[in-house]
Amino acid sequence: MSFVFLIFLPLLAALFIPLLFKKVGKIHTGWFVLTVPVILFIYYASLLPTTIDGGNLVSEFQWIPSLDIAFVAYIDGLSLLFTLLITGIGALVVLYSIFYLDKHREQLHNFYVYLLMFMTAMLGIVQSDHLITLYLFWELTSISSFLLIGYWYTRDRSRFGALKSMMITVFGGLMMLGGFVLLSIMGNTYSIRELITLAPEMATHDFFIWALVLVLLGAFTKSAQFPFYIWLPDAMEAPTPVSAYLHSATMVKAGLYLVARLTPVFAISGTWMWLVAGVGLFTMFWGSFFALKQKDLKGILAFSTVSQLGLIMSLLGASAAGYHVDNIAETTFKYAGFAAIFHLINHAVFKGSLFMIAGIIDHETGTRDIRKLGGLMSLMPVSFTVAMIGAFSMAGLPPFGGFLSKEMFLTAMLSLTEFDLFSMDVWGVLFPVVAWLGSVFTFIYSFYFVFHTFAGKHKPEQLPKPAHEAPIGMLISPVFLAILVIVIFFIPNLVGDWLVKPAVMAIQPFLYSSPAEVDIHVSAWHGFNTELFMTLGIFAVGGLMFWTLHRWQKSYDRFPDAISLNALYDNLMFLSDGGANRFSMLYMTGFIRSYLVYMFSFMIFILLGTMYLTEAFALDLTNLAPVGFYEIVILVALVGSTMTILVSKSRLTAIIALGAVGYSVALFFVIFRAPDLALTQLVIETISVALFLLAFYHLPQMSRKEERMGFRLGNALVAVGVGVTMTLIALSSHSQKALPSISEFYKETVYSEAGGGNIVNVILVDYRGFDTLFEIAVLGITAIGIITMIKLRLSKKEDQHENK
Amino acid sequence: MRTNDVMLQTATKVVTFIILMFAVHIFFAGHYTPGGGFVGGLLTTSAIVLLMLAFDLETVKKILPINYVSMTAVGLLLALATAAASIIFDVPFFTHAYDYYDLPLFGNTSLHSALLFDVGVYLVVVGVTMTIIQTIGEDG
Repeated sequence: MSFVFLIFLPLLAALFIPLLFKKVGKIHTGWFVLTVPVILFIYYASLLPTTIDGGNLVSEFQWIPSLDIAFVAYIDGLSLLFTLLITGIGALVVLYSIFYLDKHREQLHNFYVYLLMFMTAMLGIVQSDHLITLYLFWELTSISSFLLIGYWYTRDRSRFGALKSMMITVFGGLMMLGGFVLLSIMGNTYSIRELITLAPEMATHDFFIWALVLVLLGAFTKSAQFPFYIWLPDAMEAPTPVSAYLHSATMVKAGLYLVARLTPVFAISGTWMWLVAGVGLFTMFWGSFFALKQKDLKGILAFSTVSQLGLIMSLLGASAAGYHVDNIAETTFKYAGFAAIFHLINHAVFKGSLFMIAGIIDHETGTRDIRKLGGLMSLMPVSFTVAMIGAFSMAGLPPFGGFLSKEMFLTAMLSLTEFDLFSMDVWGVLFPVVAWLGSVFTFIYSFYFVFHTFAGKHKPEQLPKPAHEAPIGMLISPVFLAILVIVIFFIPNLVGDWLVKPAVMAIQPFLYSSPAEVDIHVSAWHGFNTELFMTLGIFAVGGLMFWTLHRWQKSYDRFPDAISLNALYDNLMFLSDGGANRFSMLYMTGFIRSYLVYMFSFMIFILLGTMYLTEAFALDLTNLAPVGFYEIVILVALVGSTMTILVSKSRLTAIIALGAVGYSVALFFVIFRAPDLALTQLVIETISVALFLLAFYHLPQMSRKEERMGFRLGNALVAVGVGVTMTLIALSSHSQKALPSISEFYKETVYSEAGGGNIVNVILVDYRGFDTLFEIAVLGITAIGIITMIKLRLSKKEDQHENK
Repeated sequence: MRTNDVMLQTATKVVTFIILMFAVHIFFAGHYTPGGGFVGGLLTTSAIVLLMLAFDLETVKKILPINYVSMTAVGLLLALATAAASIIFDVPFFTHAYDYYDLPLFGNTSLHSALLFDVGVYLVVVGVTMTIIQTIGEDG
């Protein structure tokens, strides 16, 4: 079956959503949407047996064959894992949203169309083997994320957050496109699989390091790595199902996917390893540290997502070490890749449930401000249990899935101290230290999230709504995810064999020939070793610091806002916006005469410059027709009426003189035997004089006072310049023929090929039909412009900017 | 200022039709002798403008209740459709076709798909010029 088309199934379904919303309003639109991810999940799950054995599937659909652009769906362990996450979490989120979003008050048709669009985009990213279509889907996720963040578009913060995320991720996307283009130049192919086989030769190419940095910029912006993470906290303005889906489980993992997918191409480089592992680990610490500053439940989760994404990123970077050792199965470097994928699964599961709980609290109490919350334990027992399971898994406590991957994370970080390339032997010791610090803060904010919400004193007077447990439908998804958290702890090796190892093989294809060769057995108890003592240290120090949190949390507020990254973004936006405005105000005077001067000066500059540079000027006076009596008479009339326009004091005289100029030119056409042109010119002159007379009433009085001399001289200079340029070009083009005239071709073919007799008209409709088509399109645009200028004029009092 | 020029008005009543007929002639003749959609359109416009000068905007609107904006849109669509129709016959975009037919009254006549394209051009030219003139004329 050509499963490449399944990528587009959600998009196809989206076409019917507005119709269903309008016609079947009684049933929540979400129920129809729910079928899409469920069907897809079941189908993709049936492909699991193939990838468990290390196999893969390819399905292709040619899109633009002439440019070698195709949709290529490539299913291997890594893409199937992501596909299952997208469809699985997608189904749960849609189910949750049915109860979260009210069918009467919300614009569900918008919401689900965007969501389905996102689903297609995300499936496209993780399945595309073609770099250009991958980029296409990549930007489509940015756009759907923009639309979803701005879903409540009447709120200022939503619009701000949407724009911010768009600015940053699209910037990264464009950088990534540059990287992709360089990759395709180096490898002479767009296919990722082929690039991977070419990896050893590409490493010495001049573009290699550029491609690496550009691709990483794309991945880091999308996956909210330092310093680009600032868009993610602002993206929390989106409805909570969106935050749970896009901004924790799937879209922000697109960057991780890209890094994992391209690891075989780049891992040979030390820069790659340092950048991915270093930036990732720093982000992990930074995010966890600042999570404690947040007062908003979703803000805490946003920073925690940033931190966890950094953790996975650093593991992916550390997995590159496997490319530099001989026998990976006997070293501890083998753990990094496995841990990265394993933690990715764990994170999607527990973070999804935590976001849903945050949404439930918001929904049932009316606030997400952690300072107003407290004591909800007895009122919302189910939510509390789910939140506790999720948060403990995040903190790395047994018996939850997060404990296992956190242990492996520490193992992988410790292994880096043994690595002896790229100055790791000197600096490598920093990795476990920073990782440990980050984990301590992770432990604290996990507890902060749960206990400051559910424990302590209940403050009903501060809550907009009396708190109560959520309806059963809303709880299904988070409870299901919480159960998964526990299940994963007890069957880690099943998860490992089915999902993780096939994915690891995609990250390190040179090292393993089948998933079974990934020699890792996950166990909850592995004796007294350094990792265990580090974990115990995290519990002890983290617990102590959480106990004293109220004493030191206030010190966060001492960080000045003015030197934060957010302030940098705001200033950049302000400067580029204002700067661009000021720059255009420099030359946009509002007078048409100024614009004409710009255009004509530029024309003189370009044309004369080209003539000078190519030494195109030539003068050949042979082969000229004699100048007769009629020509001289018309010429005198032409020059005379042009002069009249210049000196006339009244507008009416000027208009009539202008008409005279036009008619004289038409007479020239008659003499030169160009009846078509003459005819057109005559009618145009007639109509434009009529038009001038119509507009006559609206024109201001011609100013009586003399303009400044300098101004007039400048205009005269431009006018003379245009005249001289055109004369020179006309003389030169007459005097030399680089190519034989095309008119012979027209003469020969006009009857035999085009079936016509009048060359001019056949050129218009046939030979150069494209020109005419675009010309009439321009005419149409002009008409629209004139209608808008005249009929839709803003009165002065009306607000000119919708955002101010 | 109300125009009441009997001579102009009387002449216009006749001349307008002459110009319109001429426009039609020039439009169809375009493929073999001077003329075509562009000039034809402009001539038609000039006939209408003459009416406007002799009478006034409102009267002309009553005589010719045409929405010129839609006219422009129809023209553009027609031109684009003619150009795109060639795709159906698996030849490159904008390939025109023509043949000779024996028609009653006209005798042996050549029929062109280019004519349809020219009709589009004609409609756009009339539509746009009239839109501009009407919009500016009504304003004030």
